[in-house]
Amino acid sequence: MKQIYVEVLAKHSREGEVEPLFILWEDGRRFCIDRVLDKRRRASLKVGGIGTRYTCVISGKKRYLFYEDDKWFVEGK
Amino acid sequence: MSRWILHVDMNNFYASVECMFNPALKDVPMVVGGDEQARHGIVLSKNEIAKTRYGIQTGEVLWKVRQRCPHILVVQPDMEKYLKISRMAMEIYGEYSDRVESFGLDEAWIDTTHFGKKDSVHVADALREKIRKELGVTASVGVSFNKIFAKLGSDMKKPDATTVLSEENYRNLVWPQPVSSLLFVGRATEKRLSRLGIETIGDLACYEKALLRTSLGKWGEILWSYANGLDCTPVAPKDIHDQIKSIGNSTTTPRDLRCEDDVKLVLYRLADQVAGRLRANGLCGSTICLSVRDCMLHTFERQCRVHYPTQLSGEIALAAFSLFRKNYNWQHPVRSVGIRITDFEENPNVQLDLFGCAYRRDRTIKLETTLDKIRNRFGNQILYRASMMTAPEITDIALHQEYTRTGI
Ligand SMILES: [Mg+2]
Repeated sequence: MKQIYVEVLAKHSREGEVEPLFILWEDGRRFCIDRVLDKRRRASLKVGGIGTRYTCVISGKKRYLFYEDDKWFVEGK
Repeated sequence: MSRWILHVDMNNFYASVECMFNPALKDVPMVVGGDEQARHGIVLSKNEIAKTRYGIQTGEVLWKVRQRCPHILVVQPDMEKYLKISRMAMEIYGEYSDRVESFGLDEAWIDTTHFGKKDSVHVADALREKIRKELGVTASVGVSFNKIFAKLGSDMKKPDATTVLSEENYRNLVWPQPVSSLLFVGRATEKRLSRLGIETIGDLACYEKALLRTSLGKWGEILWSYANGLDCTPVAPKDIHDQIKSIGNSTTTPRDLRCEDDVKLVLYRLADQVAGRLRANGLCGSTICLSVRDCMLHTFERQCRVHYPTQLSGEIALAAFSLFRKNYNWQHPVRSVGIRITDFEENPNVQLDLFGCAYRRDRTIKLETTLDKIRNRFGNQILYRASMMTAPEITDIALHQEYTRTGI
């Protein structure tokens, strides 16, 4: 199990809030983040690393997306 | 009124941070260790397996560890990582109190008197949970009415536990402990106490204070008060640890500097920036440090003290330039220079010079403050010394800013 770094399209608000909108997968697929349920600082106990953890709903499924310093990762299998 | 103080100690800190970033390290015996090439590399921190299964301890030499545990994994320390987590922990503590005093990277005291006793214990538990979830490491917390016992408490149950040492229970819980578990009792003090027949903290607490003073001096008396829970040193307020310790700018110029005039120009440029930042922070400094690197990449640093604390670019540049002239022999051209100011004072009272120099200084201060205002409004490049125009290729440069802060 390890971090999978991904490309993300995000909205940076005037107030400095960051909201991820799409995840761009390596093979060209593009996943829309339907909503963000929760956002908080967390360490990933599964794959390691620390940052802001977004609880996202993607195609009806809950997934964690981490913003660590200036990189995004998801928890790999 | 009784105080309430927490002492938080993150367990096996360096090793735990490494395990957090790479959870696979949790499943093998692992230590964070100093330079292995050097024969004296030692264990700085160990993970749970290394500790419980192999009895590996902090401070052990690595080659001895390898004899017992040949497959031990040695990870080089990465201070950046530890600093980052340490800073995040301080942020968490700051949510509960404005009195937070760090003690190394992994320990801190937090004054929670305003919560009262019961809620201080709740805060301790909440902190442990936050540290576990948000930072991915564990911490032990001691809760007590003074700093010394709070620290002792955080050592009593590990990992991830809260220990309360109150006025009611400290005789039962603290006094049976060996004196060496008291903060600041090192091996030398332990030996001297042992000669007096003092082995436990209780022995120390019940010893005749006057006799302790005779054999250990003032120090004996202080230790006696620690043992009796009478330590009353306050938890330092947070800001003290956040204060700026030095301000500096350095630059590597596009071409090497070949003569004193070159260096002087760049020093003035640096001094302008440093002075502006000093004024922005309301600081005056009395030590000027100059650092120089030549084109062979040899570096040296020299410093001097100025008459009175300054935030004026002219004074800073002059001091730096005279340091340069005194110390540089021009065997090679200069590649980069830097100026750093330390020993700060806020609002220093400037004494009048015999010859009324303070008056002229006053005017310079006004002038430079006005320059700051103009630059803040229109940008740094709007106003500069005419001399800078003589060699734009070395003065029109990106300056690298440096701050150092006390604490972490
Ligand atoms: Mg520790």
